[in-house]
Amino acid sequence: MDDLEQAYNELIMEHGMNSYNKKKLDHADFCELGHNPNCGDEISLELKLNGNIIEDMAFTGHGCAISQASTSIMIDTLKGKTLEEAKEIIKTFIEMIKRETKTEEELEKLEDAIAFKNVSNMPARVKCALLAWHTLEDMINKGEESGKIKSDCCH
Amino acid sequence: MDIKQDFPILNNRKITYLDSGATTQKPKQVLDAIKKYYENYNANPHRGAYFLSIEATEEYENTRTKIAKFINARNREEIIFSKNATESLNLIAYSYGMDNLKSGDEVVLSIMEHHSNLVPWQKVTKATGSTLRYMYMNDEFEISDEEIESKITDKTKVVGITHVSNVLGTINNIEKIIKIAHKKGAIVIVDCSQSIPHMRIDVQKMDADFIVFSGHKMLSPLGIGILYGKKEILNKMNPFLMGGDMIEYVYEQDTTFAPLPNKFEAGTQNVEGVIGLGAAIDYIESIGYDKIQEIEEELIDYARQELSKLDYLTLYMTPNRENHNGVISFNIKGVHPHDVASILDSEGVCVRSGNHCAQPLMRFLGIDSTCRASFYIYNTKEDVDNLVKGLNKAYNMFEKYIVK
Ligand SMILES: Cc1ncc(COP(=O)(O)O)c(C=O)c1O
Ligand SMILES: [Zn+2]
Repeated sequence: MDDLEQAYNELIMEHGMNSYNKKKLDHADFCELGHNPNCGDEISLELKLNGNIIEDMAFTGHGCAISQASTSIMIDTLKGKTLEEAKEIIKTFIEMIKRETKTEEELEKLEDAIAFKNVSNMPARVKCALLAWHTLEDMINKGEESGKIKSDCCH
Repeated sequence: MDIKQDFPILNNRKITYLDSGATTQKPKQVLDAIKKYYENYNANPHRGAYFLSIEATEEYENTRTKIAKFINARNREEIIFSKNATESLNLIAYSYGMDNLKSGDEVVLSIMEHHSNLVPWQKVTKATGSTLRYMYMNDEFEISDEEIESKITDKTKVVGITHVSNVLGTINNIEKIIKIAHKKGAIVIVDCSQSIPHMRIDVQKMDADFIVFSGHKMLSPLGIGILYGKKEILNKMNPFLMGGDMIEYVYEQDTTFAPLPNKFEAGTQNVEGVIGLGAAIDYIESIGYDKIQEIEEELIDYARQELSKLDYLTLYMTPNRENHNGVISFNIKGVHPHDVASILDSEGVCVRSGNHCAQPLMRFLGIDSTCRASFYIYNTKEDVDNLVKGLNKAYNMFEKYIVK
């Protein structure tokens, strides 16, 4: 029960039920669809880059509160980050949800997205929480493969 | 009668199980029968000359006779064992549909069919150049007589209809559908998956050409299903799966097939499932359909009444009580059913959320999913109360965030 109340905390409820990130971007560079056929969550994620930096993101779609909140909070967390930083945060988020242990210190870079930690105790909802993150990961991978996104390889 | 006592899982786990439409729990009488089979009779039926194999064959074939009696089939060879309702429906689609449909013919389904009675017909109508049409429902979630009469025409060759909708609980007017279809020269497949757990099926009285159901929705183990078909039709059909047991003579280039029912039972069968289904039928008969209906009527009356009091709910059910059975779909207005199901789960209430393998129906309703509570003989009014309690909790959690 604790897990449930944690999973549906105020931050998640606010983002999940009525998000200011739910809109269309005027000049998106990339758009990617994501869906969970099982529970019917569907999102369309838009991304605008400024060089290597995520200048803006937004989403439209519908689904459960967890999937919608996760999308919205991901957008807040990653806006202004470089693609390299974003990829690292995506990886950390996925590992947190899949319970591949991370230290508190590493989890800190998730900022507000750490609010989803308890979803890792609700196996039926893991896919909902991961939807946006996998969608963005796909978008970046596709962009890189097609040469439209040039991540710096200086690390 | 304390039916719950017979179901070990309902005593071992503290749950309110309201997902019997997906699969029922199993009474110890069924579990014991399977154990007894493995401890005393297990061998590959039809394949051994030794006593044990003959006993296994007997157990298997006696259950066929039992099922024939249970649904009042004229001949025991009209009962074919399959994996589940889905496999039975695929068998009909391939072995009947592929060979009997042609361009200009129509297959008529209801919009409330489960994907298993819908997707195979898409494939078959496309392959044969025939057309797939739907009977839609009215705003009482029922298919009207006018709709039936306007869709089933001289062009109709196959009608597929679910007896009871797994989403809405609507009991369809299959008497009318079968009468009209036969007048037009079409055959009718009735999907009894959601009806046979709750009401007596008499195939002769019903006069369907085929019926299908899954054992696991009527107290049996998983992985056993039934196809009933009229002998005249089954005899003319080609086999579905090829292999051992379904043949007579096999030459290098050609094969002659076994007569019914073996023609449609290729490979080593799920004998444990058959034995379990036989025990489930014994269990149902020991309680009796009259009693089952009495229990469920009281339960569904109560559930309809209590859920109707919650004005934050949308209920997807017919107002006509006599046409409703087994399941109730609902949504908390403005809250996604997946969230509702998780909150119910935290209270130990198991309901299904999603599209219930009926996406065309969901699209017709203009939604993408619902929560569904489904009931069986072991459920009590207390289970309904727990559901209501869980729903109130969910509503309270979401109330201030719901966008009106
Ligand atoms: C009406 C109806 N038809 C067919 C099926 C398919 O049953 P199974 O998955 O056991 O083949 C179901 C169950 O989900 C059902 O409710
Ligand atoms: Zn979801």
